[in-house]
Amino acid sequence: MKRLISTFAFAGAFGLCAVGAQAATLDQVKSKGFIQCGVSQGLPGFSNPNDKGEWTGLDVDFCRAVAAAVLGDASKVKFTPLSAKDRFTALQSGDIDILSRNTTWTISRDTSLGLNFTGVTYYDGQGFLIRKDKNVNSALELSGASVCTQTGTTTEQNVADFFRANKMEYEVIAFATADETIKAYDSGRCDVYTTDRSGLAAERLKLTNPDDHIVLSEIISKEPLGPVVRHGDDQWFDIVKWTLFAQVNGEELGITSKNADEMLKSENPEVKRIVGTEGKFGEGLGIGNDWAFQILKQVGNYGEMYDRNVGPDTPLKLARGTNALWTKGGLQYAPPIR
Amino acid sequence: MSLTFDDGTFIRSELVTPLPPPKRNIGAVAWMRENLFSGVLNTLLTLFGIALLVLVVPPVVRFLFIDAVWEGQNREACLGPEVGACWPFIKAKFSQLIYGFYPADQRWRVDIVFALGAVLLVPLMVLDWPMKRLNSFLFFAVYPVVAFVLLTGGNIDLSNFMLGHAGVIPFMSGTDTVMGLNPGFWLDYVLTALVFCAIAGGILALLGGNAMSAARGVGMFFVGLGIIILMWDFDFGLQKVETRSWGGLLVTLVIAVTGIVTSMPLGILLALGRRSHMPIVRLLSVIFIEFWRGVPLITVLFFATYMLPLFLPSGVNPDGLLRALVGVALFSAAYMAEVIRGGLQAIPKGQYEGAMSMGLGWWQMMRLIILPQALTLVIPGIVNSFISLFKDTTLVLIVSIFDFLGQLRAAFTDPNWATPVTLYTGFAFAGIIYFLFCFGMSRYSLFVERRLNTSHRH
Amino acid sequence: MADLAQATATRSRTSFINDPKIRSILFQLAALIIIVLLGWDFLQNAQENLKAQNIATGFGFMENTAGFGISQTLIPYSESSTYGRAFLVGVLNTLLVAVVGIFIATIIGLLVGIGRLSKNFVVRLLSSVYVELLRNLPPLFQILFWYLAVLSALPGPRQSISLFGEVFLSNRGFIVPRPVFAEGTGYVVWAFGLAIVIAVFVASWSKNRLEETGRPLPTFRINLGLIVGLPLIAMALTGFPVSFEAPELKGFNFAGGVRVIPEFIALTVALATYTAAFIAENVRAGIMAVSHGQTEAAHSLGLRSSQTLRLVVIPQAMRVIIPPLTSQYLNLTKNSSLAVAIGYPDLVAVFAGTTLNQTGQAIEIIAITMGVYLVISIITSIIMNTYNRRVALIER
Repeated sequence: MKRLISTFAFAGAFGLCAVGAQAATLDQVKSKGFIQCGVSQGLPGFSNPNDKGEWTGLDVDFCRAVAAAVLGDASKVKFTPLSAKDRFTALQSGDIDILSRNTTWTISRDTSLGLNFTGVTYYDGQGFLIRKDKNVNSALELSGASVCTQTGTTTEQNVADFFRANKMEYEVIAFATADETIKAYDSGRCDVYTTDRSGLAAERLKLTNPDDHIVLSEIISKEPLGPVVRHGDDQWFDIVKWTLFAQVNGEELGITSKNADEMLKSENPEVKRIVGTEGKFGEGLGIGNDWAFQILKQVGNYGEMYDRNVGPDTPLKLARGTNALWTKGGLQYAPPIR
Repeated sequence: MSLTFDDGTFIRSELVTPLPPPKRNIGAVAWMRENLFSGVLNTLLTLFGIALLVLVVPPVVRFLFIDAVWEGQNREACLGPEVGACWPFIKAKFSQLIYGFYPADQRWRVDIVFALGAVLLVPLMVLDWPMKRLNSFLFFAVYPVVAFVLLTGGNIDLSNFMLGHAGVIPFMSGTDTVMGLNPGFWLDYVLTALVFCAIAGGILALLGGNAMSAARGVGMFFVGLGIIILMWDFDFGLQKVETRSWGGLLVTLVIAVTGIVTSMPLGILLALGRRSHMPIVRLLSVIFIEFWRGVPLITVLFFATYMLPLFLPSGVNPDGLLRALVGVALFSAAYMAEVIRGGLQAIPKGQYEGAMSMGLGWWQMMRLIILPQALTLVIPGIVNSFISLFKDTTLVLIVSIFDFLGQLRAAFTDPNWATPVTLYTGFAFAGIIYFLFCFGMSRYSLFVERRLNTSHRH
Repeated sequence: MADLAQATATRSRTSFINDPKIRSILFQLAALIIIVLLGWDFLQNAQENLKAQNIATGFGFMENTAGFGISQTLIPYSESSTYGRAFLVGVLNTLLVAVVGIFIATIIGLLVGIGRLSKNFVVRLLSSVYVELLRNLPPLFQILFWYLAVLSALPGPRQSISLFGEVFLSNRGFIVPRPVFAEGTGYVVWAFGLAIVIAVFVASWSKNRLEETGRPLPTFRINLGLIVGLPLIAMALTGFPVSFEAPELKGFNFAGGVRVIPEFIALTVALATYTAAFIAENVRAGIMAVSHGQTEAAHSLGLRSSQTLRLVVIPQAMRVIIPPLTSQYLNLTKNSSLAVAIGYPDLVAVFAGTTLNQTGQAIEIIAITMGVYLVISIITSIIMNTYNRRVALIER
């Protein structure tokens, strides 16, 4: 009875409603034929529409990888641009299926917001962007500075901790969107702009004269950025989690989008398991057995995704650093597929 | 004919032309002396005012027209030392400011909606134009449905109606569609309608009322609703455009028009409820009205975006724009109710008594006698609340919906157009647009007020 | 007899639901049931959703550490304060904008409203342009304009516009020297209080005297002398305990002094000038509502123009002006929530913004936020209604 009334009032009277989040996310995605992915409102390198209006970036590519795994077609993704403030509500309410929007994994977000983090696509840390002509070389010289930050992010709290721990005075001005924040910094309202270092590299490109600004070397926090799904849908959680693992394992085994087809003929048992010629690992996830092959073929492995969007050859010029594979001294490590 | 007397007395036959008044009482000089320089304070004020005008008007004109840049491809054009407004910036961003990210090849649909709105609105606003009744039916009932189909593409997904949802007839949740229509849904709809008619008729029959008319009333409601849903459900072959890609003036107008169209009937009902003799109805109306009037629109929008989804069953996710629309509609309905209540209070008691003595029922009395007079009385008030509604549409940018002002603000961050004058150009352009809309409406309201003001109060 | 029987028959045939009383009870009952069912339905859904998504509930979060900084705090607040404290900071910041904004808006509104009725053509023109221009632009547009186009265009702290080397204006805000209170300040405050008490007595005594003897006293000048003079004397006696700490450019920003942040300036100026346009219209309508005969009568009694305005017209106009003025004040208070667009830490930005984001408890936080505004509305209405009753025309 209770369902009846509100369904009548809202689903019946307003035609714009989407129905069906109570069904498992996987079934729902399969029946509508695409994945709804929450991304940022424009952060070069991570999620940003290009001149043709197509979404590009690391976070965007990750959603494509999930689509390749689930639907066998990396293009079956629709993107919802979200502000930092709205992102969790959008996921909670079922507006989106995955939130892939440089979101920091913390215990409170994981446990009390009704969300689950599925892994880390980018190991990051918070830094400061400052004008060169201020002649500041260390974050410890920032006492008395005005700091611009975005509300609803972990950076807002980290910066408070940092200044408090170092007994420095500061003034924080928090804005609702990244665009407002960078605009305020550009106009001189603040001395420094703080966010994840990857974000600093990206936002710097939006400044009037990017070369007048430098990123300070200090890293004041751990910011493991990763995709997020709703709490309580374990199957979907597994799929998203293993999509990333497949990409990392793919890089480890040297499977790329270019050689994926040849790898189908490989005799290496590890490769055979990942491309699906041996074992039925897709069944356990509720998707096709060629799921990892489709990811690697259509989107590529983790290294390709990184280099294409944020690597040294892109405007962001970010070195692999902590995001290198564990075999190369980095932190990217995936459980084996077996 | 003039009379002359022989005895030398003289009677003037025509009037002497009067002497002109003393020089210092007429003409420009005297007017200025009287009005502008009649005292020390007045003189100071005048000089101050003129100084202000001289300081403000010429630079503004120079900025907007004389020094302005009219042609250019990017910020290079507007970087000179003494440049005025950077109009190429507006030109480059114009389509975004109007349509947002609406797909370029589908924008003709938006144009049709704009044009249709203008065609229906103009005759509605010209007081002497005939066929007001048909016109307002078209504008308030047909236009929103047509606009909805054109803008979203129609062909909405419907799985099942109330009976299906309640689990009474589970077999209906099919997804195959015929011309965009889902047979399962429509079968469910018809059955539900019949069930409701039967229930209404049954209850009235039990109570000894007119069962047929009750059933007919409910039936009419379902037929009306059915036609609207049918239009939305039918596949006209239009490409679907999600509300996320709407933006700019389109969103501003959609919110304003929806607010206006929904707040009128809701406001009338609430005003009647507040004037009602039934204590519970009155109390509910008062609480509703005072609640929405007591909180800022931003909190209402926050409520709609963050809380509404929590209050609905977990399967129902109204679209982001729809949520904001619900918030705006409820908010403006409360304000509209107070305006209309003012009109109801101004109707003399004799009108009510007269209507009742004619044997009219309550609804008839309201519809035929009271409301037509009350609404006419408060047309200026209604237009004023439309103006504030129009201004309030800007607030949706705070909940990440890109209206006209939101698009403008997004355009400011484009490094391609980052110049010292970009901000001022954008604000000048948006200011002119908003001013034209609001000032136009307020002048119109004054005009209507004068036209309809046939009574002589003093 | 036959007629009567027929009438009874007709009555028994018409159902009891055609009885207006029963009908109204049934109708109300139905309305109530629908509302209760809907409310119950909403609550059930909310409970279910919160549980399914593992979202915390209850007001316990108010005790937790907030952990974020706020750029303007009227009460002591640090990152280690609780969310409850952050909430209080937000409420006070909202009230600050409201009070300062209302003060400025009333003054400008009064001046412009009188200006629109001025005989002086230039004054009338300027007042009309002011009202029409500001009234017809969205308040959010005006706030953004002041913030982005006016205040951001000011020079940085090092190049700030300075007045006597004591007062500075830059894109970091408006900085004035901070008064430092030494011992003995208490006496000055007491002297000030005393002066006000005496001033009230003088005012009522002189009013009585005027009514009895017809001789006016220059009350205003006497009271001004009292209120300024007494504290000055007290200061001189205690050896000027108040000194001023001038702001100094140190590192990035000014150290010392009181800083009014640009977000506050933009918000207050924009809201005050916007609301003033509406107040001006109320004032004009109020003055026009005073019949012209009153002015003529006052003139024929020999009152000067300024006296006519002050003693005859304005007291009568106030009765018409007060009710709409109340709603303008409330509007300004509610519009202060637009602060969130420019990063001024008001109630909505601090509480319904940052706190909501960190805790995710939308229902509690939005309910509290709305509750605060409702309480402000109700208190303002009560105060204004009381005042309204006092100035209302008592006809004999």
